[in-house]
Amino acid sequence: MYIGRVSGTVVATIKNELFEGHKLLLVDKLNLDGKPTPKYDIAVDMVQAGVGDLVLVLDEGNSARQILDREPMGAIRAVVVGIVDEVTVPGSGIEV
Amino acid sequence: MQLARVIGTLVATQKYEGLEGVKFLVVQPLDKHRQPVGEPEVAADGTAQAGPGELVFVIASREAALVLPEWFVPVDLAISGIVDEVDLV
Repeated sequence: MYIGRVSGTVVATIKNELFEGHKLLLVDKLNLDGKPTPKYDIAVDMVQAGVGDLVLVLDEGNSARQILDREPMGAIRAVVVGIVDEVTVPGSGIEV
Repeated sequence: MQLARVIGTLVATQKYEGLEGVKFLVVQPLDKHRQPVGEPEVAADGTAQAGPGELVFVIASREAALVLPEWFVPVDLAISGIVDEVDLV
């Protein structure tokens, strides 16, 4: 899992049926300073997160399928699984 | 999943048996501002409706195979949606 910041939303009409009814969020992966890196994911929102939120992102297929109750099949990988309330890493600039 | 632009099509007559009926498109991976990043890759079209010029999102690794109607075919990148809109703050 990684700490990310929601920086946008993605809308798609034609998409895998698995994503029906779920919001797709564009999440920037953060570095230790809390700054966005060039890496990002379009992730499926499971926690009603929104733009600007500091979130916990899971990027592993089997866990994602567990969450959506779609084991063992289901083309899903990145999922927003939490909205971070607090993170404490000495020396880091990550802020909620 | 990441954004990509479909820049072409690919046809291979002779291919591994599991890949029959799989539609291949050449895609250019994009950053979140839709600028090209890295080299073009070949993706299977899981939507069956994507075409050159379109903005799509792609899923990589094992999950790519799960997008296709026939599961567990040997692909490592697949288009799982056609983007209507990206709203960045």
